Amino acid sequence: MAIEPRTRRERLTLNILLSPTLFWLIFFFAIPLVIILILSFLDNSPNGRIVWNIQLDNYIRFADQLYIKIFIRSFFIALITTIICLLIGYPMAYWMANQSLKKRNTFLLLIMLPFWTNFVIRTYAWKMLLARQGQINQLLIALKIIDEDNVHTFLNTNAAVIMGLIYIWVVAMVLACFASISGLDRSLLEAAQDLFANPARTFLRVTLPLTLPGIVSGSILVFVPSFGAFVTPDMLGGGKADMIGNLISQQFGESLDWPFGSAISAILMIVMLFGTLLYFRGLRSGEAQS
Amino acid sequence: MGKPAVELVDVVKRFGDVVAVNDVSLKVEDGEFFSLLGPSGCGKTTSLRMIAGLETATEGDILLRGETMLGIPPFKRPVNTVFQNYALFPHLNVERNVSFGLEMKKIPKEEIETRVVEALEMVRMPDMAKRRPNQLSGGQQQRIALARALVNRPEVLLLDEPLGALDLKLRKAMQIELKQLQEQVGITFIYVTHDQEEALTMSDRIAVMHDGNVLQIGSPEEIYEQPINRFVAGFIGETNFLEGTVNQINGKTIDVSLDEHTIVKAHSNSSAHKGQKVGVAIRPEKISLASTGMIQGQILEIIYIGTDTRYIIRLKDDTSVTVREQNLNRIQSNKYQRGDEVGMNWDPAHALVLTE
Ligand SMILES: Nc1ncnc2c1ncn2[C@@H]1O[C@H](COP(=O)(O)OP(=O)(O)O)[C@@H](O)[C@H]1O
Ligand SMILES: [Mg+2]
Repeated sequence: MAIEPRTRRERLTLNILLSPTLFWLIFFFAIPLVIILILSFLDNSPNGRIVWNIQLDNYIRFADQLYIKIFIRSFFIALITTIICLLIGYPMAYWMANQSLKKRNTFLLLIMLPFWTNFVIRTYAWKMLLARQGQINQLLIALKIIDEDNVHTFLNTNAAVIMGLIYIWVVAMVLACFASISGLDRSLLEAAQDLFANPARTFLRVTLPLTLPGIVSGSILVFVPSFGAFVTPDMLGGGKADMIGNLISQQFGESLDWPFGSAISAILMIVMLFGTLLYFRGLRSGEAQS
Repeated sequence: MGKPAVELVDVVKRFGDVVAVNDVSLKVEDGEFFSLLGPSGCGKTTSLRMIAGLETATEGDILLRGETMLGIPPFKRPVNTVFQNYALFPHLNVERNVSFGLEMKKIPKEEIETRVVEALEMVRMPDMAKRRPNQLSGGQQQRIALARALVNRPEVLLLDEPLGALDLKLRKAMQIELKQLQEQVGITFIYVTHDQEEALTMSDRIAVMHDGNVLQIGSPEEIYEQPINRFVAGFIGETNFLEGTVNQINGKTIDVSLDEHTIVKAHSNSSAHKGQKVGVAIRPEKISLASTGMIQGQILEIIYIGTDTRYIIRLKDDTSVTVREQNLNRIQSNKYQRGDEVGMNWDPAHALVLTE
């Protein structure tokens, strides 16, 4: 609900109340964004100094096969991560939403528990588990599924990166879906059953369309950070499954090419922004048809 | 007459320790407008939900046209429900809401279209097909919920306080419209309400429920004129109760003494015996005022309510009796004054002796 300020005094109060938020947004979001956009049009000297020479070279440079490949790989890794998170997260949220209130709260707490540990540490744990001499291979050897000379290479693959991303982001999907499913009016499901819909059709015709907002927000919450991820591919991809985030961090780090890094960031942002808008529009037209 | 449309046989429903429905048996005839009437929490909704299959009976059997419904899921039962909160699908427009059941039954598209149009006309909402439920008023939503159920031509239509959320005037109008609609389509209606006036207006028969039990089943007239106990007498309409002891029994007419000096005549269906403590139930409109009568009292209050005048009269033992007289002509309204001593009389056939 929108707040309608009526008097000048109320407007003043409202402005004062909102000013920290506004300050926060301008200072930590808008200003850095503008800096990045400006940087992306500037030039770079070999020693890493920024040169005030406005041109489009950074964007043209990105159109290289090497970078496009990384971009496409990032996209598919993020897409697969999102789909698997949805396939795991939605049923889990559905199940949780159908528990008693007490159980629900317990499960919510359990799900959020890993957040209490830094995610770099958690990813590092996966790195150890997945290593050639790691616990997973050892377990497989112990179970005589594989022999010692023939250990699997889990680490430094796309699959390892996807798994790491799922591990981190599935919680966001569960929470988004849970919010939506637990808010569903149960009497609508009964009405559907009363109108001859079996459980499968009740799900497809009523539950799914009505919990779509949860699926949408969950997908965005998983896709966007997965697309730009750099810690997970860095640790579990080991340079063999680099993503766009690694490329950006390289430009700001080793390569000392801030303008190019900024251009990649800007491209990533624009693609995600338009992608999200298209996604929403597609959903809305799909809804209008039903 | 064929098999009853719906039959409940010794049905019990418990939620943990709570007994929501306690050993209910009843038969609803084909084409009947049957009401379940009772105060909030007496088990009406639970009974209805068991017929729909949304709740499973703990004990007993539920039959539809003589066939047991035990173990049959709601989507396979030939009944439809108008829910208390309407439960319209917010993501579908009116048309798609109404066609939902037919689509699930895989009825051909052309037939669905004509039946949806018919149903919307039947509830007088032909122009609302493309609207979303949230663009409709409460009364309009109620009509769409009705159309969504009726379009399936169910064997039995279950309605759970469908008019509960409407304002008084609209509710009165809808009562008549619903009744006419039911006669027109000839579908058996089982109608849940806590409003006794509504039940009396619309029903062919009423089952009065209290604490999970069905106390009495009968036509509105039977329920009103011959309540079998104090609860039914008190819940349906207004009733005066006079406490006394059975003095003498002459066939169906019984003399009940209220105190040493006062004996009133009443009528009994049940077997009251001499010396038994009983209540005499008598409706306010069945009592007439005169200078002397079977009982005497002092007028405490005179309330003029247009068509009638109500008199609250205090008896010697401090119980009060309500008398209602129709205002047949103008002068009548100031026939008595507050504080007047009056007598009250009635036809013994209209006073009921209730033993429980
Ligand atoms: N799902 C349920 N769980 C526990 N108790 C219930 C449930 N549904 C109904 N009850 C109880 O059963 C009794 C009858 O309820 P209900 O059938 O809704 O009454 P009514 O419709 O006549 O107001 C009430 O005491 C109510 O609290
Ligand atoms: Mg109810």
